[in-house]
Amino acid sequence: MNKADLPGLTIAQLQKLLRAREVSPREVLEALHERIEAVEPQIDAYLSRDLDAAMAAAEQADVTLPLGGIPFAIKDVLSVAGQPCTCGSRILRDYRALFDATAIRKLREAGAIPFGRTNMDEFAMGSSTENSGVKTTRNPWDRSRIPGGSSGGSAAAVAADAAIASLGSDTGGSVRQPAALTGVVGLKPTYGRVSRYGLVAFASSLDQVGPITKTVEDAALALQAIAGLDPNDATTLDAPVPDYTSALERDLRGVRLGLPREYLVDGIDPEVRAAIETALRHFESLGTEIVELSLPHTTYAIDTYYLIATAEASANLARFDGVRYGYRAEHATNLLEQYNRTRAEGFGPEVKRRIILGTYVLSSGYYDAYYLRAQKVRTLVRQDFARAFEKVDALISPTTPEPAFKIGDRSTDPSRMYLADVFTNAANLAGICAISLPCGFTGGEHPLPIGLQIMGKALDEARILQVAHAYEQSTDWHRRRPAALAS
Amino acid sequence: MKGGDQPSGTSATPALDVAYIARLARLELTAEETALFQNQLAQVLAHAEKLREVNVEGVEPAAQTFAIFDVWREDVARLGLTQEEALRNAPRSVKGLFIVPKVIE
Repeated sequence: MNKADLPGLTIAQLQKLLRAREVSPREVLEALHERIEAVEPQIDAYLSRDLDAAMAAAEQADVTLPLGGIPFAIKDVLSVAGQPCTCGSRILRDYRALFDATAIRKLREAGAIPFGRTNMDEFAMGSSTENSGVKTTRNPWDRSRIPGGSSGGSAAAVAADAAIASLGSDTGGSVRQPAALTGVVGLKPTYGRVSRYGLVAFASSLDQVGPITKTVEDAALALQAIAGLDPNDATTLDAPVPDYTSALERDLRGVRLGLPREYLVDGIDPEVRAAIETALRHFESLGTEIVELSLPHTTYAIDTYYLIATAEASANLARFDGVRYGYRAEHATNLLEQYNRTRAEGFGPEVKRRIILGTYVLSSGYYDAYYLRAQKVRTLVRQDFARAFEKVDALISPTTPEPAFKIGDRSTDPSRMYLADVFTNAANLAGICAISLPCGFTGGEHPLPIGLQIMGKALDEARILQVAHAYEQSTDWHRRRPAALAS
Repeated sequence: MKGGDQPSGTSATPALDVAYIARLARLELTAEETALFQNQLAQVLAHAEKLREVNVEGVEPAAQTFAIFDVWREDVARLGLTQEEALRNAPRSVKGLFIVPKVIE
């Protein structure tokens, strides 16, 4: 095995080599570090990397553990003890986490090595990673384009073989959408399947930690490690964690897949539509039955999402006041001025915009018209899914209405930017699980990945992983690599 | 609350007064930001008007996706952050205290 090829491998492939002692965790980490050094100037996926801490962990790694010796890049929104956790924001520029998030602790217990903090839209608010207060990450398939967001650094790193796998967070599509736009796999688990303890809160009723990986099998392996009840997060579900990898190999005969007609509406990119239609025929050839159905409140999901998410964000971000941690404005003469200016200087434009919107929809006189109404529509969105899952085992749709757009194209128009999440928001509102995986590419000089979304009912990750794995293994989209970065 | 914290109702979108909301949110905005957000958020809210079409008569609001109530754990003391740790990220601290501008005259 050529050492330079190690960063291109999957978790499952590396596991075999590590357990057979053909490579050591140290060699894997060194090879990954070299790969990052080589491609990082082109993609800007990372915000920081603590090689010494990772190397110390690699020396101790127990390769017999489920993820023994496997490095994981971590979105800069999850606390890793002693490391920066900037959330891509100036306000947390010098902050260092004091403890491990539960997802990180569980990764470590499974033998994995957190290595590197990935770029993101500030406080996970965005769909392109252009809202990072630090830098713009580029799509490895076409560096003039965005990698999606908000977990854009994680997705770009995995797509460029600058990470073996990564953990991101998904509030309205922030794991699935960048995975789709960079040609990798992104899984948003059921709300409550993975602990949010140590995840910096954006919208607490929607946030969920999820893996970004090269294959569906790797997503199953990562979820296996991080899922489960946590006394430190009262919203985690007290349900057994099944063996996700053993479910992968079951064949799809007799599985019923729903096609919600609201997800193939006018306005979606013709190449995306064609790729999804081809995927549908492929699923039929695998023995599934495709059932067309309706999720009538789909069209309301995006507005519902932005009202609820911003309301929760405005409350969650109140804690950034320059008193106990984070940036503080200089020379304030009183406490109120210190709050006002710390937040003015510390937050970027999109975060400010969302704090204003969220404060407004919660304010006296508008609460009923906006926030309460949105919560009621949320119930209807959830009921749509409940009815659909009485008829089918999983739902399929495009992950995004179009492939990756150009850097700068949407950044001045929030209304248009918000539409990038139009197919992913609903799963967060309903709390169900969903996965995105590659299902094709656009034509042209720089082919761009297209993502297929598979949504499953609450706690049915095993089912969507099975459906996704069967599709992936009978196609070869996941084997393609961005040509521009090929060495 | 000061007398100035009242909706002025003079903006293009009568319902949304960004300058007033910014005061509530303890967020100082420049005149430029105020004007920009006024415009952009008016568009976002205009889009959200769509939700008025939905019949929500008798529908319960969902504050969370799976209502879990009364999560208990054993009432056992656990170690938290030490004083040194709690102060480690503080912009200013002296003698084990967070330092802020004077609050009481």
